[in-house]
Amino acid sequence: MSKVVLSATNLTIGYPRPRHPTRIVAENINLELRAGELVCLLGPNGAGKSTLLRTLSGIATPIAGEVLLGGKDITKLKPTELAKRLGVVLTDRVEAGMLTGYALVALGRHPYTNWSGRLSRQDEQVVRHSIEAVGAVHLAARPITELSDGERQKLMIARALAQEPELLILDEPTAFLDLPRRVDILRTLRKLAYEAERAVLVSTHDLDLALRSADRIWLLPPGGPLTSGAPEDLVLNGSFQQTFYSEGVTFNSESGSFQMVDNWLDQIALVGEGLRAIWTARALERNGFRVIRDKTSTEYLVEVLPNGFWRMTYQEIRQEFQSLYGLIQHLKNLIQL
Amino acid sequence: MKITPTISTPAQPKVEIAELVSEEEVNPWPATGLRRLWLIGFAVLLLAAFALSLILGSVNIPPGDVLTVLLGGTPGRSTWTDIVLKFRLPKALTAMLAGAGLSVSGLQMQTLFSNPLADPFVLGISSGASLGVALVVLSAGAVGLSSLSFLAGLSLLGNIGIVAASSLGSALTLVLVLFVSQRVQSAVTLLILGIMFGYVTGAIVSILLYFSLADRIQAYVAWGFGSFGGVTWSQLQIFAPVIISGLVISYLLIKWLNVLLLGDNYARSLGLELKQARFWIVLSTALLAGSVTAFCGPIGFLGIAVPHLCRALLRSSDHRILMPGVILVGAIVALLADIVAQLPGSGVILPINAVMALLGAPIVSWVILRQRNLKAAFGR
Repeated sequence: MSKVVLSATNLTIGYPRPRHPTRIVAENINLELRAGELVCLLGPNGAGKSTLLRTLSGIATPIAGEVLLGGKDITKLKPTELAKRLGVVLTDRVEAGMLTGYALVALGRHPYTNWSGRLSRQDEQVVRHSIEAVGAVHLAARPITELSDGERQKLMIARALAQEPELLILDEPTAFLDLPRRVDILRTLRKLAYEAERAVLVSTHDLDLALRSADRIWLLPPGGPLTSGAPEDLVLNGSFQQTFYSEGVTFNSESGSFQMVDNWLDQIALVGEGLRAIWTARALERNGFRVIRDKTSTEYLVEVLPNGFWRMTYQEIRQEFQSLYGLIQHLKNLIQL
Repeated sequence: MKITPTISTPAQPKVEIAELVSEEEVNPWPATGLRRLWLIGFAVLLLAAFALSLILGSVNIPPGDVLTVLLGGTPGRSTWTDIVLKFRLPKALTAMLAGAGLSVSGLQMQTLFSNPLADPFVLGISSGASLGVALVVLSAGAVGLSSLSFLAGLSLLGNIGIVAASSLGSALTLVLVLFVSQRVQSAVTLLILGIMFGYVTGAIVSILLYFSLADRIQAYVAWGFGSFGGVTWSQLQIFAPVIISGLVISYLLIKWLNVLLLGDNYARSLGLELKQARFWIVLSTALLAGSVTAFCGPIGFLGIAVPHLCRALLRSSDHRILMPGVILVGAIVALLADIVAQLPGSGVILPINAVMALLGAPIVSWVILRQRNLKAAFGR
């Protein structure tokens, strides 16, 4: 097994408040992070994801327990030493003024350069490799003020990479990005974890993307403790359902996504195969119908026809539709009657 | 030199472009070094402005005679030696040092507070100095403040007294600001406290003004106009080393200032010890701004405008590029403003602050507005 980069035992996280007792966010957190692993931290808002990340990156001090980075207590590492081992990408918006993409990434060499910040040949090499690794070579010469959020985010990741860290921690790096950009960032992070035997920890709200890309998921329910496992493990042992149930949403273990509807209006039988049947089932579920295969136990029947149409049967009346939208409109009318 | 990536235009055949642009020719990596040509240009301008400030003035002295004086010879008229050596030369040196010092402190404050409106005095340095001067100058004839006889005594020393009072005011403010800077969480708190301090000192000064005699008020207002001309050779022996050491400290802070561009949290994640960085930035700013205020009075405009001017001209926020530029341009602007304030050939001297703002504000506005990306020029 690859080596443990980051670990914590019996960790209590929280923050001190002036003139109030310390606020404890989560307790009994045990975790370890291995080299070459992409881990996604998931949890509802307010569960303490940010506090956990701040504690794991040495910004906040643990209330109890300790965080070990490369076997050393993170709070005892010198700032420069820590910066050489750990790169972070935060949610802070960077308004660095007139810098090129290259100059921005070059700031990541700060822990290595001398007093003037002059880049050695080797520093330049690392900066270039970092930019290449995130696929941002075309952004190197451009002023960062002209870049989109996604392009900036890539450069910020490259900047963290330029620190040559064993561990990358990213706080919601995909927030504000559209789907292609989100997939792109996650794919880049996976590559970074695998190719250089680096550990990558990402907090995200993007459940679907996390389920598909993470080697391991850390699930933090409000108050803790943290559950850890392969995404599929957590689906199978019901951790997802539990964590999000209290938040009033239902996690569907079959589809691996959230359910928009809690109470079924009725059952509906679906006949058909293939892609069109899958999406028909989704459309029906989205509108509150539980899809079953058994035609005998419900009055509603939907057939996916090979000619591209849908046929709906209700109380002996048959009707055909060109689109799912039309079918759903019809169903809604029926329910209201 | 900035290397722009080659863009293929649809009008040209694509094959040809592929041949023209071999792999070695396209370098995607922009140069990060100093803008040498600009710096050489600034240096030449500085020399020219320095020469002009020795030649021009209320008395016309031919350039040849100025050179003769500088080389230790005897000029056409004997009074010219004194004019050049005792008046124009120290004044030009003072203007250069003050201009460089104020501009660098402005740059540091704008970066520390990531605020384009920050200037050298946001920390309250000039407020402290003005309070010191007000206490000395105004208390001399003030009603009911006779207990401050020590301060009143200082005012009798004239110029030296003002310098001492203002240095004392700046220094006490410096200690206060350093103390506070190590205790507050964020730089914004420091900024707000500095502004509040300014209000309090302003209030005390206006109360003092209210109870003062007309000629004392006149003296205080005259100090407020600012001047590079009042600094003697013996004062320069203190002023110059202080400014130069302030500039040296600032130069050593370049790397820290650069990571501060990313904001406090990122700076910390890159290994910067925020409190330590803040201490040294505040110290050098206070040294520079404090001593300029002490010797020349409160000089506005330079500190806020020169950093913006340099960012616009050099097209960079990188302090390795900006710092030398800001030092040179600050010195140039101060010299030029001083030359204009003399209204060469006439006996009139305009207040330096007024000249700088009247001529400088339109020029800086024009340069900044000319920027394609206005937002970028300010770093936000």
